[in-house]
Amino acid sequence: MKALVCVKRVIDYNVKIRVKMDKSGVETDNVKMSMNPFDEIAVEEAVKMKESGIINEIIILSIGADTSQETIRTGLAMGGDRGILIKTDGQDLDPLNIGKIIKVVSEKENPDLIILGKQAIDDDCNQTGQILATLLNCHQATFASKVEVNSDKSINVTREVDGGLETIKVSLPCVITTDLRLNEPRYASLPNIMKAKQKKIETLDVNDLSIKLDKRVQTIEVNDPPSRKPGVMVNDVDSLIEKLRNEAKVI
Amino acid sequence: MKTLIIVEHNNDSVKPSTYSTITAASKISDKIDALMIGYNNDSAIDELKKSDHLNKIFNINKKGLENPIAENFSNHILDFLKNNDYSHILSPSSTFGKNLSPKIATELDVQQISDIISIIDSDTFERPIYAGNAIAKVKSLDKIKVLTVRPTCFEPCGLSSNVEVETVMFDNTEVSSVSYVGLDESKSDRPELTSAKVIISGGRGMQNGDNFKLLEGIADKLGAAMGASRAAVDAGFVPNDWQVGQTGKIVAPDLYVAVGISGATQHIAGIKDSKFIASINKDEEAPIFNFSDYGLVADLFEILPELEKKL
Ligand SMILES: Cc1cc2nc3c(=O)[nH]c(=O)nc-3n(C[C@H](O)[C@H](O)[C@H](O)COP(=O)(O)OP(=O)(O)OC[C@H]3O[C@@H](n4cnc5c(N)ncnc54)[C@H](O)[C@@H]3O)c2cc1C
Ligand SMILES: Nc1ncnc2c1ncn2[C@@H]1O[C@H](COP(=O)(O)O)[C@@H](O)[C@H]1O
Repeated sequence: MKALVCVKRVIDYNVKIRVKMDKSGVETDNVKMSMNPFDEIAVEEAVKMKESGIINEIIILSIGADTSQETIRTGLAMGGDRGILIKTDGQDLDPLNIGKIIKVVSEKENPDLIILGKQAIDDDCNQTGQILATLLNCHQATFASKVEVNSDKSINVTREVDGGLETIKVSLPCVITTDLRLNEPRYASLPNIMKAKQKKIETLDVNDLSIKLDKRVQTIEVNDPPSRKPGVMVNDVDSLIEKLRNEAKVI
Repeated sequence: MKTLIIVEHNNDSVKPSTYSTITAASKISDKIDALMIGYNNDSAIDELKKSDHLNKIFNINKKGLENPIAENFSNHILDFLKNNDYSHILSPSSTFGKNLSPKIATELDVQQISDIISIIDSDTFERPIYAGNAIAKVKSLDKIKVLTVRPTCFEPCGLSSNVEVETVMFDNTEVSSVSYVGLDESKSDRPELTSAKVIISGGRGMQNGDNFKLLEGIADKLGAAMGASRAAVDAGFVPNDWQVGQTGKIVAPDLYVAVGISGATQHIAGIKDSKFIASINKDEEAPIFNFSDYGLVADLFEILPELEKKL
């Protein structure tokens, strides 16, 4: 079986982001970038399946500027076999466009499993996997915390939903999006990082895919969130209770 | 302009997120219909009928639709939309809405706007990005707007109406081959996190699942829901659906009490809209104090029993 894993390059989750002065977006110059954490989980899941013999090839796909090569390399060092970069000039593409691009790649590669993160931690959209499954007209299993491949090539996916854990059984090919508890991504070892340098990354220009990419959502401005007013420190339980009861009046 | 609400429910009752979504819709236009999809959903319909702002409820009640399989719901919604025009389609940004709504948008070839927190006008909305560390004001250029709504940002609608219900049949609409294996429901007598007035959450500082008992007594006294940080959930102290934060539940109680939680950006993202935040942490430098109305530097193991006793 073949797996396609989609990885996005985002501002590292530890970075304290800054809104640009002109309100056009957030500052990305000289900011540490990393693979979207949910996509690390996606890569890890594919690699684990390869180790257990369920999958024999893992393709790491990213859509972005040249710098996204680095993110693909990270996926290759974790255990991906080859990479595909769909090169853009770095403009922000809406999830619907990203979905349409991944669809073109999937139709060429015919993977049995497509694994994405449930959410990119920059746009916080939580859409792309669902969009892709709809475009490909295949099953979706979102927010996965457990994936089990059955002998009849169907898979059981346990999903983290608001009221607990839901399990569904879907047939292949299908789209899976990862939640935090699915696994713990490995760190690439130095030898594997070296090996990844030899692995092939195919680069295609987004403009050669004959997809009409249009902007459906215009960002008017990006602002800092409203700040909370500063609070006070209390010295003991009695004053905490007093404040909550008489000042905040919440208990 | 006409708005359609996709109702979140479990056939027995309507989820509070739906009532908040109705309020959000009422800020766009006063022509609002709701679509409920389910099976044996009479009691949920009886509840929904009371909602203010609704013109009409459409009910698809069909065997095979008892569970919210996204493929099935989306097929039925699309067939419904063939005979009904809407300018806006709203769902709550719960796991239900997040799973389903992008499918509807994609079938209509429009770009969904996720998790809106305010409505500027009928095509302009605000939504948080980067774990709420920035707020984007965005304008949809699509003809039909498909939106998911952050429930905590809109009060639930009133329940003093008696709305007309029309049953619609979709005998021929496809039911997909996804099979529903089951739901391991986390059962609790406590209020739901997303609608609770008071929440008490524990973090890695709790050390183990047993120690959450120290919070239970306090939760009992305050009628509070219980939550946790990712670290506490990952360590297996408490169930997954207790996680509060950017990628867990977004909450907005009157009082949020954070115990042994450091206050990482991803956790703060889920609690920022709380009216009051109180925190207990033994490290006076913990970032949680920067977001707290009341902070207490103390060892939680000493403080919690005392707090429970004195409440
Ligand atoms: C993609 C991604 C998504 C994430 N999503 C979320 C999310 O949705 N929600 C979330 O919460 N996190 C999320 N995180 C994780 C987040 O970055 C933090 O790692 C996490 O919130 C830390 O949890 P914590 O505060 O319980 O643990 P820690 O940061 O380890 O803090 C423990 C705190 O307990 C205090 N403490 C210890 N012992 C005691 C004691 N005896 N008495 C009093 N205080 C004590 C310590 O001083 C410390 O401040 C996410 C991370 C990533 C990368
Ligand atoms: N530019 C991109 N390149 C590759 N994968 C992407 C890209 N954008 C989004 N994805 C995938 O889609 C997931 C969800 O993103 P989103 O819908 O934007 O929250 C991410 O976790 C990635 O797996």
